[in-house]
Amino acid sequence: MAAKAVPERRYRLIVMSRALLAIPFNYALTAIVTGLLARHLPLARVEASIAATLLSFAIFPVIAMAIFYARSTLRAWLWMSGAIVLLGAALALSVQLGGRA
Amino acid sequence: MRQGFRQSMAWLHTWAGLLCGWLLFAMFVTGTAAYFQDEIGRWMKPEVHANPDRAAATQAAIGYLQATAPNADIWYIAPPSARTPTADLFWQPGKDEIAARGTRQRGDTSAIVDGYGRPVTVRDTKGGWFLYRFHFDLHYMPVLWARYLVGIASMFMLIAILSGIVTHKKIFADFFMLRFGKGQRSWLDAHNVTAVFALPFYLMITYTGLVTLATQLMPFGVIANYASPGTFFNEVFPAGKPVERAGVAAPLVPIAPLMAAAAARWDGAGVGSVRVTNPGDRSALVTLTRAPGSAIGSSGDTLIFSGATGALLDQSGATGGAMATQAVMIGLHAGRFAGWGLRWLYFLSGVAGAVMVGSGLVLWTAKRRAKLPDPAHPPFGFRLVARLNIAAIAGLPAGIAGYFLANRLLPLVMEQRAAWEIHCLFIVWGATLVWAIARPERRAWIESLAAAALLFAAVPIVNAVTVPRNLLTGLLSGDWLFVAFDLAMITLAVGFGFAARKAAHAKAISSRRARRAARAMATA
Repeated sequence: MAAKAVPERRYRLIVMSRALLAIPFNYALTAIVTGLLARHLPLARVEASIAATLLSFAIFPVIAMAIFYARSTLRAWLWMSGAIVLLGAALALSVQLGGRA
Repeated sequence: MRQGFRQSMAWLHTWAGLLCGWLLFAMFVTGTAAYFQDEIGRWMKPEVHANPDRAAATQAAIGYLQATAPNADIWYIAPPSARTPTADLFWQPGKDEIAARGTRQRGDTSAIVDGYGRPVTVRDTKGGWFLYRFHFDLHYMPVLWARYLVGIASMFMLIAILSGIVTHKKIFADFFMLRFGKGQRSWLDAHNVTAVFALPFYLMITYTGLVTLATQLMPFGVIANYASPGTFFNEVFPAGKPVERAGVAAPLVPIAPLMAAAAARWDGAGVGSVRVTNPGDRSALVTLTRAPGSAIGSSGDTLIFSGATGALLDQSGATGGAMATQAVMIGLHAGRFAGWGLRWLYFLSGVAGAVMVGSGLVLWTAKRRAKLPDPAHPPFGFRLVARLNIAAIAGLPAGIAGYFLANRLLPLVMEQRAAWEIHCLFIVWGATLVWAIARPERRAWIESLAAAALLFAAVPIVNAVTVPRNLLTGLLSGDWLFVAFDLAMITLAVGFGFAARKAAHAKAISSRRARRAARAMATA
């Protein structure tokens, strides 16, 4: 991302904003997806927990790359916040209804 | 980020790579050395002699425990293997013993014995094991923090690899393109060739490395299903229920028949660890775990025998698909199953990985050096990266050479000897950093690389003076470990010497070019 068209300050702001999305927000989303997979993969509970954990290390880098590829930073924010809220609610509901061991 | 997929990924590759490059370089170097951790350990304990009969060596280790810790609750023995002549022993003192000590102080409950059950007391060293632990535990900091740092760096690495692949238009063509003596272009070629050469290895090693720390880095797969992680770990490793002591003394059966029975069940595979619960009591249990050397993913194959009668009581090992996958991933990472050919391939891939990370770091400065507005006074960030590159790339290998030298030069018996060997590594590494900051950049490169070369060259010489086993005696008596170690040190010395020469040469070229450019400017 050469900063020819974008002024230096704006460039830095975009980088910070996307790094925020790609690291802490991404971690939160990956954790939620991992939790959902662990609860709903059609495997024994201990197996599903391990399978989901193994998959999480593929989910995280793909989301990170998608965030830096996204056409607009605003869209990336909307997608990430939407996914975290929706899937987070689904996970909370699943734990509430299904309980844990 | 905004100019298309490849550009955005190239940007990501550059910055993700730079931010973790130094730590990743150290992880590659120590992890690569760790593929030979047992051999390094043997080299660092030249006085210890192996017992060719491993069952007898294990029996001797049990004899040591019977004499030293007869009332312990649990003995844990890592018996000698084809690659290690010593047995590592740990024990959990019994309740009476802890009460007798008055305090909750644990005391020393571990020992290392040779193949004949004699404790190894001279030349106290952590050996290759330290390099293995540094690879993911670092040093001088809490292990938990270190593993988070290492995990974050590994994830950056995974992202750098994936974005590096998609950045690369001509991945196949570049494999055959290596242009020497062309400055920035040569660094790019070196980075590309080493990256493509072992690409499947890097992907595998980075992913499986993350898996080794999986439940610490991403605990939510477990938390989502289990209110307490303890429940999860009990399901993964079904620990035998604690067995009450019967209070009736009974001698422990000889270990050799049990080990032979285990080998018969495991298609000849060796025993990786022996655990004796309630030794000396009628309730004693002997748990044998299969050695990881025999299959890629063999965690958890165990046999449980009665310690008083030698009867087989229980066995485990049948696990589900995900657990087996995880075991294979961790097995692939650690490479404990690898024979000599594959082990060297692991090692060379690791060396290529270190070169890949190192050349990527140098490339970052080479690319920007040409575009500096004022080359005589580069901005702080540029100077920082340039100096840290020197300290990381030349400093750590020099430190490892210093670690080997300290093993030979420190007094054989001294307080904290093993700790001081490790301090020596960091003293040399730190000295390189100071040197890299204090000297002009080019000179610092040449001098640090030359220092690393000299330190590696000194290892065989110092070894020959201090220890009766070396390259020549090894060739005569078939002591191949000492032959291979000396040859490896000489190869490293030559490699760093070559790098130092190259750095000196590059200086000559670039200053000649600068002079020519200045003349051209003057005449224009």
